[in-house]
Amino acid sequence: MFGFSRSQSIAFVLMVVLIVVSPFVLYPVFLMRVLCTALFASAFNLMLGYVGLLSFGHAAFFGMGSYVTAWTMKFWHVDASIAIIFGGATGAAFGLVLGYLAIRRSGIYFAMITLALAQMVYFFCLEAPFTGGEDGIQQVPRGYLFGFIDLSNDMTMYWVVAAVFVGGFLMIHRIIHSPFGQVLKGIRENEPRATSLGYRTDDYKLIAFVLSCMLSGVAGGTKALVFGIATLTDVHYSTSGEVVLTTLLGGLGTVFGPAMGALVVTSMENYLAQAGAWVTVIQGAIFMLCVLAFRRGIIGEIGAFFRLAL
Amino acid sequence: MIMIFGIPGPLLFGQLLLGLINGAFYAMLSLGLAVIFGMLNIINFAHGALFMMGAFAAWMLLNYVGIGYFPALILAPLIVGIFGVILEKTIISRLYKLDHLYGLLLTFGLSLVIEGLFRNAYGSSGLPYRIPDVLQGATDLGFMFMPNYRGWVVLAALVVCLSTWAIIEKTSLGATLRAATENAPLVAAFGVNVPRMVTLTYGAGVALAAFAGVLAAPIYSVNPNMGSNFINTVFAVVVIGGMGSIMGSIVTGFGLGVVEGLTKVFYPQASATVVFVVMVIVLLARPRGLFGKAA
Repeated sequence: MFGFSRSQSIAFVLMVVLIVVSPFVLYPVFLMRVLCTALFASAFNLMLGYVGLLSFGHAAFFGMGSYVTAWTMKFWHVDASIAIIFGGATGAAFGLVLGYLAIRRSGIYFAMITLALAQMVYFFCLEAPFTGGEDGIQQVPRGYLFGFIDLSNDMTMYWVVAAVFVGGFLMIHRIIHSPFGQVLKGIRENEPRATSLGYRTDDYKLIAFVLSCMLSGVAGGTKALVFGIATLTDVHYSTSGEVVLTTLLGGLGTVFGPAMGALVVTSMENYLAQAGAWVTVIQGAIFMLCVLAFRRGIIGEIGAFFRLAL
Repeated sequence: MIMIFGIPGPLLFGQLLLGLINGAFYAMLSLGLAVIFGMLNIINFAHGALFMMGAFAAWMLLNYVGIGYFPALILAPLIVGIFGVILEKTIISRLYKLDHLYGLLLTFGLSLVIEGLFRNAYGSSGLPYRIPDVLQGATDLGFMFMPNYRGWVVLAALVVCLSTWAIIEKTSLGATLRAATENAPLVAAFGVNVPRMVTLTYGAGVALAAFAGVLAAPIYSVNPNMGSNFINTVFAVVVIGGMGSIMGSIVTGFGLGVVEGLTKVFYPQASATVVFVVMVIVLLARPRGLFGKAA
């Protein structure tokens, strides 16, 4: 139904088992951070891995989703599901506007334009009254899901986050393996040829961008719900850089790579938290290492070793 | 007091001067980016970090060795330029056969490493760098008082930008450089050592960033984040100008600085975003940039 190959099915089952077992072994709040980052990176990978466009501004969609979910939870007291939907819709709306501008150029210019547009969103969030400026939106209640599931319990929240991640993951997988996804890959490989076959490549790129931004917004909104906070860090360009690193380390253009990258990058941040600025140095060094010697990423290397597409 | 459009003259001219100074940095940085992009086909994301290294090199020369501002203006770009040459030789040159995006990612990682190291060593609060005695004080221009140092920055930036333009557009060295940008294998066939030229171009672009860093040191405090604060705006400047023309980079850089300064006078809330708004308008009206060649 989702177009999994045999090896991918095994990997998927393995991943679901890990998601189910891990909260009994590891700290659920840490795992929720991993899952939110994994969804964000998977959404980002849809653009870079499958359309071949490097967006250096994905924090804008993640951050706006985070702000809107936090705001609607705190001041409108809506249901958690509605708040996350609002987050995703905000990501999609911003994606539509920013994407419309950015896809006018490709390659390096696309990266610079998305970076600059995201910086504009950052300055907007810094000035706009509803974001709370430097303080952000704090003490956001987790509230209830569908009116009766109390999310204040970490384990309950964990299952919801896990469901959101798996849902998003399957959706991305479905998009990649649909006829639409095949066209995207065609554009990645040879855009002029796709154009000459009659595809409106700009429309395809824009739709893929909006989908990617929507899921980034969902990831941001879920993160805001878990931690009860939305801040300027979520829209800052370092978050954009981090999602690039996560995807690159896990494996560009692989289905499971971004999730693996999220696990490694989040663990690193968690355990190196006391190391202060060294985290940046290590992240930068990993970035360089990936580009110079390790371009397939962790999952890509595993896949290449076993000759499987993961 | 003179009033212009209901704004006191000194305020207007003061902000214009500030805008020109920001514009001077935009121009120098985007010029370096354009030169590097022309030859290496990579966007040097580490440009901001190298700009910051220039400022730090000047600070270190003063505090550790006792070398003052004016010698530092030559030495710091030289030191950082040599660092750039080593970077190009050892790391960046490995990427030329790959997609251009890898160059962007590599230099992004590089900037994280450089900034992180400096933050570890010097904290992020910023170190003061004194304006040299000769350039202390201000001059009365009749319509406003101009701090001498700020005038010097604008002047020095203009001279450096225009000399770079003259070297590239008017000398035989520049002609070879432009030829290599268009068609490297052909130039190599004429006996020019293209790889060495690429290395030196990167070094020169980096030195330009470091020179800007030294100029910036007395104005902004010397701190590890000073580059990344600038570089995002500089990318927007590059998109607006297009990287096709050297003069285009210079004009766009100064022009946008002035636009930013004017916005500070008339609508201060938008001053941080006005460059990006201009970028959006340019993208809608002329996607390849004001001075860009057709794709």
